[in-house]
Amino acid sequence: MKILVAVKRAIDYNVKARPKADGSDVDLANVKMSMNPFDEIAVEEAIRLQEAGVASETVAVSIGPKQCQETLRTAMAMGIDRGILVSSDDEVQPLAVAKLLKSVVEKEQPELVIVGKQAIDDDSNQVGQMLAALLGWSQGTFACGVELDGSESLTVRREIDGGIQTLDLKMPAVITTDLRLNEPRYVKLPNIMKAKKKPLDVIEAGETGVDIKPRLVTLKVTEPPVREGGVKVEDVNELIEKLRNEAKVI
Amino acid sequence: MERESMQFDVVIVGGGPSGLSAAIRLKQLGLSAGKEISVCVLEKASEIGAHILSGAVIEPRSLSELFPNWAELGAPLHTPAGKDRFLYLTKKRALRLPTPPQMHNKGNFIASLGNLCRWLAEQAEELEVEVYPGFAAAEVLYDAQGVVKGVATGDMGLLEDGTEGPNFERGMELHAKQTIFAEGARGSLTKTLFERFDLRSESDPQVFGLGIKELWEVEPSNHKKGQITHTTGWPLDTKTYGGSWMYHFDDNLVSIGFVVGLNYRNPYLSPFEEMQRFKTHPAISSVFDGGKRIAYGARAISAGGFQSIPKLTFPGGMLVGDTAGFLNLPKIKGTHTAMKSGMTAAEAIFESLEDTQSISNEVTGYRQRLEGTWLWDELKKVRNIKPSFHWGLFPAMAYSAIDTYILRGRAPWTFAHKADHEGLLPAERCKPLDYPKPDGKLTFDKLSSVFLSNTNHEEGQPCHLTLKEASVAIDTNYKIFDGPEARYCPAGVYEYVEEGSGPRLQINSQNCVHCKTCDIKDPTQNINWVTPEGGGGPNYPNM
Repeated sequence: MKILVAVKRAIDYNVKARPKADGSDVDLANVKMSMNPFDEIAVEEAIRLQEAGVASETVAVSIGPKQCQETLRTAMAMGIDRGILVSSDDEVQPLAVAKLLKSVVEKEQPELVIVGKQAIDDDSNQVGQMLAALLGWSQGTFACGVELDGSESLTVRREIDGGIQTLDLKMPAVITTDLRLNEPRYVKLPNIMKAKKKPLDVIEAGETGVDIKPRLVTLKVTEPPVREGGVKVEDVNELIEKLRNEAKVI
Repeated sequence: MERESMQFDVVIVGGGPSGLSAAIRLKQLGLSAGKEISVCVLEKASEIGAHILSGAVIEPRSLSELFPNWAELGAPLHTPAGKDRFLYLTKKRALRLPTPPQMHNKGNFIASLGNLCRWLAEQAEELEVEVYPGFAAAEVLYDAQGVVKGVATGDMGLLEDGTEGPNFERGMELHAKQTIFAEGARGSLTKTLFERFDLRSESDPQVFGLGIKELWEVEPSNHKKGQITHTTGWPLDTKTYGGSWMYHFDDNLVSIGFVVGLNYRNPYLSPFEEMQRFKTHPAISSVFDGGKRIAYGARAISAGGFQSIPKLTFPGGMLVGDTAGFLNLPKIKGTHTAMKSGMTAAEAIFESLEDTQSISNEVTGYRQRLEGTWLWDELKKVRNIKPSFHWGLFPAMAYSAIDTYILRGRAPWTFAHKADHEGLLPAERCKPLDYPKPDGKLTFDKLSSVFLSNTNHEEGQPCHLTLKEASVAIDTNYKIFDGPEARYCPAGVYEYVEEGSGPRLQINSQNCVHCKTCDIKDPTQNINWVTPEGGGGPNYPNM
């Protein structure tokens, strides 16, 4: 069985994101970029399935500028067999990503696609679902447990409000990973060296025939409003007075 | 558990300006001689440049020697140095002093050294240097004859008690014919080498300053691109060495920083609070009206200069850059000298690799070559200026003027340095300093500052700030010096917490910005800074 994993190059989770002075976007100049943490979990899960002898080949795909090759190399250093970059310097929004992934899936013919449930930069949480719909495949989103039952079906446990839901999915399927699925491994130095020699193909987004024109327009990026400090009230009467006249809620 | 190992010709510990310059020069020399040299650079930061902090006004002399066409290649030096101002501050006033000749900056550039390192790393990788950020060299390796044979990276995934966690990965051994230590000021491995090879027997101790920096985005109307301001005087008293910088560069960016000599006497002094207070000076504060602080960080620098240069080579390895200490203090620049030392080390190693006759594993040619470069003359000339500040600010300024203008660095004497940690006076002999509360607009507290350094350490790992003797924290540091680490640490790592049984030292190691001040200033040298898990520490952008 072949597994395809999608990895996004996103702002590092330790970095404090900051809007550009003109409010057009988040300022990413010389800011540390890393693999989206949910995608790291996806990579780890694919490698574990391969180590368990369930998967025969693992492929990582990333969409974006040429620096995404570093993200693919990280995936390969963790243990993914090879990488594909769908190269595009233009903005790619979730629908375009799902369509580009679909074109990669059609070429690569994997039985399972694992993606992070969302990226920590735009928090869209759309690609996995849209990809499953475009492919007409089963989907197990927010997975916290994945078990393959032979080659026909798999069991996915998913985190929902108030508990864990267990799904029986028919293959082929798309899985999106939640935080508790696994803890990604450390990358070992010799594996980074080996990853440099693993195959990495580059496809131009323009040559896939997919329309990647943005559908959404960003109006403005701003800091969240500063929360004002609270005040202490002397007694209940003052509280009621403030609720009535200042907050106007009673 | 056995470690895996790999063999290189040269392993370089540290991906700063000196380490990367050494790597690049080695590859360039190999390329022109048609010889394959394998070079590996280890960097403890999560990416190259993430632990680099500097003013910075950069003198491009070494860069031009390394890459004559650096502008064409896109080196990130975009703002030529403009007008220089040197101010003496009193509490309310600013007196313009003549700019000392060493501080003239014509031909230099205001830039982010972190970004320059990011660029240098790209050039190094183009030349097939293996650059590995995220891996800390944690241990020096020796062969049976006591020759340095390389370094080992730290284990990953250890639990707080030092046992192996579920994701444990053993570190790796990197073996090399020569190991270059380019760790920056007060390198943790260099420190062990000083002891093992007695590298300080013929030099003065190293002395340090702590530099604290903030990066601001200011209102366009307050931005004077290229302007360079340095100050001395207030808020420090005349017995404490230090001063500030303020550089306007790029698009509405202002780099502002404050350096305090770590030989200060009063244990109540807080370099962080001095920096905050400094910004409130009327000659300074208006620049930041309506501006926004976007980054914060701190780093110790080596300030000893010529007489503190240690023995630079030992069997199997050598020291380059600020871990050896090539900063030119009166010029307040060290990037060009750090790079030059790295390049010179590379040339000496290349020569020794060519020389198959010799069996010596100590490349003494490095020091000989260095003595023949402009770096040596430059540092020798200014050697008496920093030590003269022992006499206080005004006598030192008078001496510096005589030394610079009349003696021109050719004085027949050389003043000596004393180690910084010996300088602290007992608390009972000093007055507590009263620092104003932060306003959250121009001045800030430590925690909101550390927040802007993007510092992170993987949770649950062993504390990397080790105490040789735990009881010394209370018996000496607290009882005699009133807990100075709580004030000199610019990241709020050290806290004395009052408990029922008395005070207890709490070490918030996850806040550590790797400035090394505790390792330097701790009065009994009880604090030993060791490398945390690779990838930990600050993530400085544009610093």
